[in-house]
Amino acid sequence: MNESINLKPGQINGETGIWEMVIGLEIHAQISSKSKLFSGAAASFGAEANSNVSLVDAAMPGMLPVINEFCVEQAVKTGLALNAKINNVSIFDRKNYFYADLPQGYQISQFTKPIVGEGEIIIDLDDGLQTIIGIERLHLEQDAGKSLHDQHPSKSYIDLNRTGVALMEIVSKPDIRSPQEAGAYVKKIRSILRYVGACDGNMEEGSLRADCNVSVRKSGEEFGTRCEIKNLNSVRFIIQAIQSEAERQVEILEEGGNINQETRLFDTSTGETRSMRSKEDAHDYRYFPDPDLLPLEFSDSWVQKIRETLPELPDLLKKRLVNDFGITPYDASILVEEKDYVDFYQKAANGKDGKLTANWMITELFGALKKENISLSNSPISPEKLGQLIALISDGTISGKIAKDVFAEMMKSKKSPSNIVKEKGLEQVSDDTEILKLIDKVISENEDKVKDYLGGKDKLFGFFVGQVMKLSQGKANPGIVNKLLKEKL
Amino acid sequence: MSDLLKFDLLSASIALKNKEFSSLELTNAYFEAIEQTSALGAYLEILKDRSMDMAKASDKNIKNGTARPLEGLPIGVKDMFCTKDVKTTASSKILENFYPTYESTVTQNLWDDGAVMLGKLSCDEFAMGSSNETAAKGNVVNPWLKNRKMSPGGSSGGSASAVAARSALAATGTDTGGSIRQPAAFCGITGLKPTYGRCSRWGIVAFSSSLDQAGPLTRTVSDAALMLNSMAGHDKKDSTSANLEMPDLMNYLDKGIRGKKIGIPKEYTQDGISDDIVSFYEKSINWLKDSGAEIVPVSLPHTKYALPVYYIIAPAEASSNLARYDGVRYGKRNEAASLDEMYETTRGNGFGDEVKRRIMIGTYVLSSGYYDAYYLKAQKVRRLIKEDFDNVFEEVDYILTPSTPTTSFELGKKQDPLTMYLNDIFTVPASLAGLPGISLPVGLDKSGLPIGIQLIANSFDEPGLISTARVLERSAEFNFIADGAAK
Repeated sequence: MNESINLKPGQINGETGIWEMVIGLEIHAQISSKSKLFSGAAASFGAEANSNVSLVDAAMPGMLPVINEFCVEQAVKTGLALNAKINNVSIFDRKNYFYADLPQGYQISQFTKPIVGEGEIIIDLDDGLQTIIGIERLHLEQDAGKSLHDQHPSKSYIDLNRTGVALMEIVSKPDIRSPQEAGAYVKKIRSILRYVGACDGNMEEGSLRADCNVSVRKSGEEFGTRCEIKNLNSVRFIIQAIQSEAERQVEILEEGGNINQETRLFDTSTGETRSMRSKEDAHDYRYFPDPDLLPLEFSDSWVQKIRETLPELPDLLKKRLVNDFGITPYDASILVEEKDYVDFYQKAANGKDGKLTANWMITELFGALKKENISLSNSPISPEKLGQLIALISDGTISGKIAKDVFAEMMKSKKSPSNIVKEKGLEQVSDDTEILKLIDKVISENEDKVKDYLGGKDKLFGFFVGQVMKLSQGKANPGIVNKLLKEKL
Repeated sequence: MSDLLKFDLLSASIALKNKEFSSLELTNAYFEAIEQTSALGAYLEILKDRSMDMAKASDKNIKNGTARPLEGLPIGVKDMFCTKDVKTTASSKILENFYPTYESTVTQNLWDDGAVMLGKLSCDEFAMGSSNETAAKGNVVNPWLKNRKMSPGGSSGGSASAVAARSALAATGTDTGGSIRQPAAFCGITGLKPTYGRCSRWGIVAFSSSLDQAGPLTRTVSDAALMLNSMAGHDKKDSTSANLEMPDLMNYLDKGIRGKKIGIPKEYTQDGISDDIVSFYEKSINWLKDSGAEIVPVSLPHTKYALPVYYIIAPAEASSNLARYDGVRYGKRNEAASLDEMYETTRGNGFGDEVKRRIMIGTYVLSSGYYDAYYLKAQKVRRLIKEDFDNVFEEVDYILTPSTPTTSFELGKKQDPLTMYLNDIFTVPASLAGLPGISLPVGLDKSGLPIGIQLIANSFDEPGLISTARVLERSAEFNFIADGAAK
């Protein structure tokens, strides 16, 4: 192996050369709807097993599905946010297969005519670069129930609470070329979903899950045979699973083998994928239009009305933050990741130094919250108080160093920064005579070092600054200390 | 014969309101009739206590002057309708102990209008059949030529047999490819299949969702109008139910047909149709002509494809609709070691041969590699069949055809499935096009079996269908009563 080759993300250096990954994602996003896609039962998470089940969900004889209009609106909203074509006529199909947690014996989905067609989104990568990922389609479908296999030695338990819950399946084009891009793509989709309010994006509760299609090829070659990794529920697992799956495929191909098109599962304990079912065992779903439902039809003017309800979306918002607040595109992309973040930031930075606010929010606040495992919505420091802190720094009341102590105190006590500064007497000392007193003291106590400095040891200047700051307990204005020290020496 | 059994739905409703007799007396008379004719096997469930309570409540309403349109009239319900707390099996073993916790919209509409529920009526299993021989609980006998044990037709065989035998004043049916009209023709009564979407399908055990439609089986055309008035209506719980007000059909009983054009499709007179039926078909044409209608020869060129198209689409939908009967949540379950085995034994034992046959056909035509050649092509031809009707209805107001190619046949003489399917050859095209059709008796054949004639109208023209059928009914003067009817 040639160790010196500089690999790009998504490339694998094999025995026979460099391989690249081709990745497509199917994201299943649960629509934030109080009731299910075709029934009035509640769609809430965490209810007692089989308590949110209507006659329709349980597929009682003679029961019929009725479309939930709210869910249709959410799909259209999301489609618009994905810059995608909205199909004014779409059709619900039945996907037929037997399973104990699928009471109807079929899932109502959209096969040939989905509600949303092609679109594209921009994703932000860690190195500040951006790339465009195509969207193939978005369609509405029902979730299945849940089988619990670990409750009884020989039987499986079935919970139908999820049965019929509304999902949007968002299918990307095979435009993704690295696990990192896949991660960024999922984050971007999640962010868009949260902005439009169509899905809470909560991956732990299963509101957002992804199936990853992965294949490998040598650069410029045709697509290889793909494998689908099912049901990944965190960005970290998505990245790990794709990497490990691509490496597995490269190994097989380099040994002269062939990739079997199959469905695989990611084992989080081993970090590897394993076969779930091969193509030969794949279901024949016998899709056909659901005769219980009319085609979904709506007018351009209805779509326009929905468009008017769309909030400012992350890409435009990012541009606006850069323009209005003078922050870097990279900081802006972090802030627009979540609607919460940007709302917080805009409140905190209102009338303040935008750049400084962004730094403090991203480095200090996010760091502290992460350490304490607190979400931004529960932050002990409100946006207004963070703004006050920024103001105190900007007008020279406190130094950046003192501000860190004040910040720590704010995290603990929830007090306002000005109170903390007052109580603890932390105001910055900018008065020349006060500072001169300190300088005189430092000089008199370090006469030998003064001699050395005057003798040419310029580096000792920092030492004097440090001593003065120390003596002032960090409160002296460092700019003035510098200026006066130079004069004095 | 109890005098009370002579009253049909409309005349009984008038007599009840005039207090000539009470609903309790009428209902009692029907229970005697049910007992007397029990050998016909029409009833699966007899609800004596419940109907007595309903009858008493109706008598109170009549007394208080708050009688509703069907107040106190005892009727039977095809077992395809889910009825709350009343066993509903769709004549299948797989649902042998199923008690719904809900009432179908159509039956609820009937009870809300004051009808009294006598019981549940047998049918072909999941409404799949044309002789009522696929019912899990066994054959239903046609009251005509009772000693010869003739088929009542199917799938609404129990409903047709009961109305003809006067063990129900009227009955509900469901029609997917002819399941109301063919048994009505075999049993010498009137059967109306409304426009698809006229009656809600909510709570009716689904066979083929794009074709299933509820309708009345009655003694007269007026009775059909009175009963459909109550059954029909928009239902938000059924997305395919039409959001369209139906005019009061009772206003159309005597509108006549002067100046109307009646289409006679050349494709409906074919080999294999019995001479007696041809002769009564010709008579019917003349009766309508004599009543002031213009007779117009028309062509529905895709008629010959209707049956094959039907036997692709209906089984395809059925194969999916019947997937829910898996023994997991309700109905019969055969325990087994694994989930797959449980499915296999439950469904293997629970479904009869005809149902299995259609599930297999349906699964096949939807399978990858066959979908385009069968299901998709059938959908395209279905559209052509609909267009045939659209074209013809540009020229004419109604279409007249025989209801069936033959009159009833003897039970138990095993016919092969294909011959059986031919029973529906005249009823299936209107089903595929979603059009309303009515079969009414116009005479008896040489052996004394009833002959039915079918009228087909354009979508949602039930009012005109009723007017036209009434003219034919009056001309035909069919006043025969089955020898096996209650006396």
